[in-house]
Parts: sequence; C-alpha cells; structure tokens
Amino acid sequence: MDREGQNGFRIPSGCAVSAIFSKEGTRRSGEEIIRSIAMMHERSNGLGGGFAAYGIYPEYKELYALHVFYEGKYSKEQCEAFLFEHFDVVNLSKIPTRKSPAIQDEPLIWRYFVEPLHTKLSESQLDPDTFVSRCVIRVNSGIDGAYIFSSGKDMGVFKAVGFPEDVGAFYRLEEYKGYCWIAHGRYPTNTPGWWGGAHPFALLDRAVVHNGEISSYDANRRNIEMYGYRCNLLTDTEVITYILDFLVRRRGLSYEEAANVIAAPFWSTIAAQEEAEKRRLTYLRNVFSGLLITGPFSIIVGFTGGIMALNDRLKLRSMVVGEKDETVYIASEEAAIRVIQPELERVWAPRGGEPVVIRLHPTAGEKEG
Amino acid sequence: MAQEYLYPEFQVVRDLSRCTGCRACAAQCANGVHRYDADRGQMVSDETRCVNCHRCVAFCPERALKIVKDRQCFRENDNWSGDAIREIYRQAASGGVLLSSMGNAKEYPVYWDRLLINASQVTNPSIDPLREPMETKTFLGKKPDTLRRDAAGRLVPELPPQLELDTPILFSAMSYGSISYNAHESLARAAQALGTCYNTGEGGLHRDFYRYGANTIVQVASGRFGVHRDYLEAGAAIEIKIGQGAKPGIGGHLPGAKIVGDVSATRMIPEGSDAISPAPHHDIYSIEDLRQLVYSLKEVTRGEKPVIVKIAAVHNVAAIASGVARSGADIIAIDGFRGGTGAAPTRIRDNVGIPIELALAAVDQRLRDEGIRSSVSLIAGGSIRSSADALKAILLGADAVYIATAALLALGCHLCRSCHSGRCNWGIATQRPELVARLDPDEGAQRLVNLVTAWTHEIKEMMGGMGINSIEAARGNRMMLRGVGLNEIELGILGVKHAGQ
Repeated sequence: MDREGQNGFRIPSGCAVSAIFSKEGTRRSGEEIIRSIAMMHERSNGLGGGFAAYGIYPEYKELYALHVFYEGKYSKEQCEAFLFEHFDVVNLSKIPTRKSPAIQDEPLIWRYFVEPLHTKLSESQLDPDTFVSRCVIRVNSGIDGAYIFSSGKDMGVFKAVGFPEDVGAFYRLEEYKGYCWIAHGRYPTNTPGWWGGAHPFALLDRAVVHNGEISSYDANRRNIEMYGYRCNLLTDTEVITYILDFLVRRRGLSYEEAANVIAAPFWSTIAAQEEAEKRRLTYLRNVFSGLLITGPFSIIVGFTGGIMALNDRLKLRSMVVGEKDETVYIASEEAAIRVIQPELERVWAPRGGEPVVIRLHPTAGEKEG
Repeated sequence: MAQEYLYPEFQVVRDLSRCTGCRACAAQCANGVHRYDADRGQMVSDETRCVNCHRCVAFCPERALKIVKDRQCFRENDNWSGDAIREIYRQAASGGVLLSSMGNAKEYPVYWDRLLINASQVTNPSIDPLREPMETKTFLGKKPDTLRRDAAGRLVPELPPQLELDTPILFSAMSYGSISYNAHESLARAAQALGTCYNTGEGGLHRDFYRYGANTIVQVASGRFGVHRDYLEAGAAIEIKIGQGAKPGIGGHLPGAKIVGDVSATRMIPEGSDAISPAPHHDIYSIEDLRQLVYSLKEVTRGEKPVIVKIAAVHNVAAIASGVARSGADIIAIDGFRGGTGAAPTRIRDNVGIPIELALAAVDQRLRDEGIRSSVSLIAGGSIRSSADALKAILLGADAVYIATAALLALGCHLCRSCHSGRCNWGIATQRPELVARLDPDEGAQRLVNLVTAWTHEIKEMMGGMGINSIEAARGNRMMLRGVGLNEIELGILGVKHAGQ
C-alpha cells in the first residue's frame, strides 16, 4: 500500500462535505449523515470517503480513542509495542466492519482506548494532549505500515477508499450515536489508493474535512513545520489541521481568531473597521502571515463540544448552513441538507472568510436521539 | 595611449550625410569625445574617451550617431580573453588595483533564469487581479512568539517595530555622494509615492530629505559617515551595513573629488578628503559585538525603529544569518554577488561572494530549520532585474527585495559601468552641478514610480495565475517554482523540484 506524499507528489482533490450538529447534545445515529453525503455522490469519485463523530464513546470518554490502520501483522506488532510502552491500554479491539464489494483491500483496522502512562508522561514534562499528539506523529512518520488516523477523546474518525455512503455502511455507522457528525466524499485527481489519504484528517479531537486546493500550501507547510509538525501526506487537509492545532491549542486563539488568520479579511476590509478592530485584525494578519491560506477551500472542523465551518476569502467553494430547532446542518450543497431535513427555519451561505462556529449549549445533556 | 597598448573599445559611427554639425553631442558628452573640427568643417570623435553611455546617441536630433563595439580584435584565444589582456596592460602601466562599477558582468549562472513559476489549471481557479483584490502589502519585522491578552481576554495587539510596505520592493542603499542630489530626491519622492522605502547608503541624509523620513532607511556603515542622533531618528528603519554583494569583505571608497559642498556636510567630513570606510566595523569583530550595536541603535531610538543588518552573500551565509537573527536584528538584508556598486576592485567584484538565489534559499531554510524564521524578515538583493526575479525571490523565501541597478536604469543609466569616473552624463553618479542638473527629479521620481508600479502589476498577474491573492501566501511557497537545467545539488539547495516532477 503506497502512502500519499511518499514520492513527494501532491494530489489535488475536489470534494463534498457535510455535517450535522445538535446544540442540545442530542445523539443521533450515522444514518442521516450517510444520506446527506450520498446526495452529493457526483462530487466524489470513489477514491475516498470518511466520517467523524463526536460523543460516540461515552463509556470511555476520559480515554483517548486511537483508530489505527495496519498494513499487516508486522506493523501491528511494532505499533502495539510502542503503544504498550507509552500508554495504559484499557481496551483494544478490531473496529467492526461489514464486508461489501464496494470496499476492497481493507487494511487491518484496530481501536485502542488508552491513557498516557503516568511515568512516561511525567518523564516527558508534557501535558497529556501534547504527549499524545507527539506519539501519533511518531507512529505515523516512524512505523512503516502503521497509521493512527483518529486520536481524540469521545470521538472517532472512520474513513476508507470508496464512495462515502459505502464507507459509512462498511463501518456500520448506524450503530454509533453522536451529537456531531461530519462527512466527506473525495474527488482526488489521482491517488495510490491509500486509506489514510481519505478525510477527515484528525489530530487529537480536532477533525477536518476540506474541499478545495489551497494555493498557499507550501508557504503554510514550511511555516508550520517550524513548530514540530511534519506534513508527510502533502495534502491540504493535513496542513490545515496542523495550523488549527497550532493556533488554537498551542497559541490559545479562539476559533474565530484562527479564522481571521487563515481566511484573513482583505486589507481594504480591515481599513474600514473601527480603530480597535483594525488593530486586532492587522495584528493577527501580520503575526501569523505565514498561515494565511489562499485558494479555494471550504472546511468543516469538528472539536469537542463544537464545530466550525469556514470558506476561503473569495468563497471559491460552495457551502451552505441550515438550521432547524436545535440542529445545525452544513453542506457543500443545500440539497444535501434538504434530503435529511426539508423543513429548515433558516438557510444561508456564509460569506468568504466568515467563520460559522457552533457550540454545544452549556446545559446540553447528551440525550438519545 | 599607444604605449599602454590600449585601443578604443568602441567606435563612434557618425553618418556625415545626416550630421548637421549642431554640436549637441559635444555639449552632452562630459568625457569630451566629440569636437567640431573647424578646418575640416565637421564633427570628429576621440573614441579613446568613449564609455558607451549613449548620451550623445539619445540626444542627436538627426539620429546620426551610433556607438558600436570596435572590430579591432586580439588574435582569438579561448583562454586569454580581450578583457584579460587589456587588464594586464592597464595594470602594467599603472601598478594599480583595477576598479569597476556596477555589478559583476561575468558569465556565472543566473539561477533566476533557471526557475519557472507555476499557474493554476482546472483543479484550482486562477484569480483575476483586475476583478478581485490582489494584495502586496508587506510588514517587515520581528513577530512575537507569545500572545498577550488583557483582563477581559482581548488580544493586546502590540508588536515590535514593523516596516509597512505597500509593495515588497524597496530601493537599495546608494549614498548621496556616490549618486547625485537629484537622484536621491527622485528615489525619496518615488518611495513616498509608492509606499515603500529608499535607503541612504552610508552617505548621511541631506537636510532637505528629512521630510521623506517615513520612507527612508538610514544606513550605519563602517565609516559612520553622516551618523548622528537626528539622522537615526529621521528614518523609518536603521540598516547596519556589514557587507555589500559587489565587494564583500572590504569597505567603501568615495574619492575626494566627489566630496564637495553638501556631500561633505552631509557626510560630516572635510571637502576633498577621500571617504574611506574601513573593511570591518571597528566595533564589530564578532557576533556578540553586532548584538551590542543593534541594541545601542535600538536604545537611541527608544526601540521604535526596526534594525536591518545587511550582509553580503558569502559561503557561510546561512550560519551567519542565523547568528544575526539571534543578535536582535529585526530584518536581514542579503546582497548577492551580482549586486551593483559605484566603485569596487574588479577582482573582488568578479570573484568574491555567491549568487543571491542560492544564498537566499539557504538562509531561509536554515532559519526555518532552527525555528526562528518568524523572528526576522528577509530582504534579498543583488541583481533583481524584473518583476519575475522579484517574485521568484519571494517564492524562495524573501519577504521583500531590494533593487538599485534597476532603479538607476529607470533614471536613465545605460550601464556603461563608469560610475567611478564621476562624469556620469545622465546626472546620476556624479556631483558636477551641470551634469546633476540633467536629471529632473520630477521626471526621475515619476519614472521610478512607473517602474515599481509596473512590476507590482506584473507580480499581481503572476500571483493571480497561481491562485494566490496575497503576497504572504507566496512567500517561501517553493512548490510554485520548478528548476530547468539544474543539477540535483542545485535543486536541493534551492529546495525546488525539476520541471516535470
């Protein structure tokens, strides 16, 4: 199984994205999101589909859930040796799948609920999130044939090479219940058919799906690699995920501020703001100038308790948001929302660079939907 | 001249059927090439004095003049070129060090010409700069590593001093003295109109030009000519000149003949004395000394001015730049070995230093490897000949570029490379009042504005083609470059793939 990025080539992709978010924390199964993304079948070409779901592991919510692809037994042995050395593994199992002719050549797919070993953690002088993220980067760049594609708490990524609706059926997503679902259908120009190349791309609890091809890629990559990230896959989604991790987790920006960095307003827009806002926006653009993302993108970012949708500054990719009661729907096309919720109270297309950030209501209890 | 075995390099071809004997050529030529011969009733030429600056050609109302390369030749020899032979004759006659002006003209590879820029097709739309915003605003200066918030959690938008430029093109250092008052005025006014900066070089700042301070970079070089408190406070930034691409490792030399009147007052040295700046700064013998000068200059300006450290591109430039970045500099200017000069020893100009393309790529990568690229901005100079060169420099990793030779060409320079003679017929590299008067600052400033405006338009077109609508997304975006005809080591240093990869 060839990995993307290994031969140094970049693969542009077009795509479809979709998301459902319950502000009240109502947990619903994966059936709706599969119907939504399936509506945009034409926007995928069968070379990648995937989902991220939040609130799906309440029984293990304090543990990091690692989802791992293995090429074979040898890479599994190596990776498990590493995991047992660094983590207390509370539970491990194969991720349940359903055989289907639409999904071929699957790797071994395993799930581990873990916490960092206390001795290792204190030795490293890192906080648990940094410790876990470094372990993930080490496995992914150091152990041949092993790839951790999901590493957050109470959330999980499920992805494969195939059309997204087939990927959803393959992973039996109707059996999971989450308050937030994100989906992606990929249309890469070419691919070696590596499962890790599908979206969402995730680090810790932050999962990104993306439609577009960013023209600032190498400027962003060379900037973010200064801070210890390694963009091994050479995909836009990977670099966007690292940028958000850097800005939000490591620099302490809010998602709205991070949006002002990566999809910064034009200088002419900034000039028209009142003085304090002008200074704030100029500051963010100047300080993080290497993290400005240009070229078309629509992204949906999931994180614990929230979701952000964001378009590039010129809105060169479609993205629509709809609301009904306490549920928010986001998709590349309105049809993908209407197919699961025809009765919307509000539908709008966010402007380029205007972040839509939705968070769980503070009193949200996780109800069964 | 016969005893020096030197023959004229150029031939003045005068079409006598067109020449009316108006003597415009004689009036224009400060070198005294043209003269009216009353006995013969026609204009005659002394070609030994000709530097091929085209002033007479441009001003001949009858288009009767042409300067051509003299066909007189040495016996062909692939090893001993005509230049090599002539230089031997000159040194045998004079016993002196050979001097040259402007940049290295030898046949070294020009890497800009081996780099090609990308454009979008299908998967990513190109952006039309006529219809969409296309941003070239650039801030030079240190970016902080940590953010501060006030008690209410709002960001405190305080930054170390920054140089804000509307376009990432600055005019590089050329001193008042090496070039004329009118040339300086043209540069200062153009910089103001363009929202960028020009640079005083090490000749001080004429009192008349303090009003352009917000668009002026004041230079502190090893001779400290013209440096005083008001001067340091007058500019938008201070540049410590350690080295110059045309003559790395040596100081400057402005002959006494050019130290006249205001030039002497501005430099704060006696009229007629040679202005010889030492090879090193005598208070900088090591990197920790540089740090002291950087902080002294910051202290005297209350930390309000960014400090630029300009170094010549030499072999170990990446390590040196890394040291400079850790010594408090806000901006590093790197000057490649093709950079121009008013006068430099020929052997040094032609043989010392390395190409800016390789130096820039190596420095940018080293600063990133060490995680300190954000703590310093990079300006690349040393023969940026077009908007394409400028954009390639930015794609390799520069924040902005310095141009000087291109700016002089815009003012009328014809690259005759005789600046050191002080008889510049175009009124640029001279202090003779009658020659200086030939350069009209109104026209000069306008031509500079035209040039940089045109380049900025071209940069926007190329950015739009790549689907990039802001210059910071081009900076260091090396995947947008491909090499042609470069070997693996060159590609490795430049950090680009070969075309077709």
